Amino acid sequence: MSSWLEKFFVQNGLVVAFLVVAVIMLVSSFISRRITKKKIPDSAVAIVLGLILAYIGGRIARGTKGIADVTMFSGFGLMGGAMFRDFAVVSTAMGASFDELRKSGLIGVLSLLIGVGGTFALGAVLAVAFGYTDAKSITTIGAGACTFIVGPITGAAIGAESHVIAISIAAGVLKSILVTIATPALAGSLGLNNPQAAMAYGGLMGTTSGVTAGLAATDPKLVPYGAMTATFYTGLGCLLCPSVLYYLVTLATR
Amino acid sequence: MTIYGLGLLAACYLAGQLIGEVLGRLIGIDANVGGVGFAMILLILATDKLNRKNLMPPATQQGVLFWTAMYIPVIVAMSATQNVIGAFSGGLMAIVAATIPTAAMFLLVPVLSRMRQNKEKKI
Repeated sequence: MSSWLEKFFVQNGLVVAFLVVAVIMLVSSFISRRITKKKIPDSAVAIVLGLILAYIGGRIARGTKGIADVTMFSGFGLMGGAMFRDFAVVSTAMGASFDELRKSGLIGVLSLLIGVGGTFALGAVLAVAFGYTDAKSITTIGAGACTFIVGPITGAAIGAESHVIAISIAAGVLKSILVTIATPALAGSLGLNNPQAAMAYGGLMGTTSGVTAGLAATDPKLVPYGAMTATFYTGLGCLLCPSVLYYLVTLATR
Repeated sequence: MTIYGLGLLAACYLAGQLIGEVLGRLIGIDANVGGVGFAMILLILATDKLNRKNLMPPATQQGVLFWTAMYIPVIVAMSATQNVIGAFSGGLMAIVAATIPTAAMFLLVPVLSRMRQNKEKKI
């Protein structure tokens, strides 16, 4: 592409992203109505299309930020970045009920502890099953099963090898994609249709991107409740994994 | 005025994120602890108070509601920037470490939300 045109797209990057996402939403709405007969909500279709775009972007640019690494679509990095995501998530709270949050506060705390502890323990056991014997690797992989932020922060804190940290990041990203896709499909059978269930779900899953995207595709009214607990998960994971949980793993592997 | 609503949202967002950053520092970890959650609580309390005093006319609410409506498009943009190829390059260990614990946690969702309902029945 001629360089002046590319420069034009980069200079207006955010607006380019607005236009492309609007087209994605339009196409998704069409696919949802005509092809799946509304069985799959249009937001779920749009998120899957987004993931496909991320795959294509990764193939073309060989970067880590999906379509945002392709120069003319660099505006996606801003529109889909943490600032816009968190800002939009916070805005959903205006429709939420404070009473519901307070009533389910204990469930939220419990789900967070079970979510971080349980996920870490299962991840650690699986690491052992795959032949890892040193406490640092086992802890880092267990932390990576939590989220793609907890994994590398824990690995760096306890001095794990870089290939193990890479595995922990991959596991965390894979988890967020899995949660995104599985949530709308499983919501019915899991009774994920009320604020309390959404808070328990947010604390158990913890991946903010997966939880918010999964709930958006299921029922946007539940987003604030799931996001409320999920937002504490990564912090709790970063607190517990390199300290208490690492200590427990060193005791177990001695 | 629409900008007042936007300003209110921005104020709650920044205050909440700042609390999360400070909390992370206080407990000595390099992460934001619950910033979004604190921001949401602030926004709920602020809009509730302003509503009661009739200080949230529809135009002001629009400043917040616009972002609620932009939420799904932003999430779509976010999924388009995920490292999808990297996610599958971690090999079998990464795939197993992602799927099995996540599946187990999914199964616990009805257990935890039912626990609350039982408690209510006892009371």
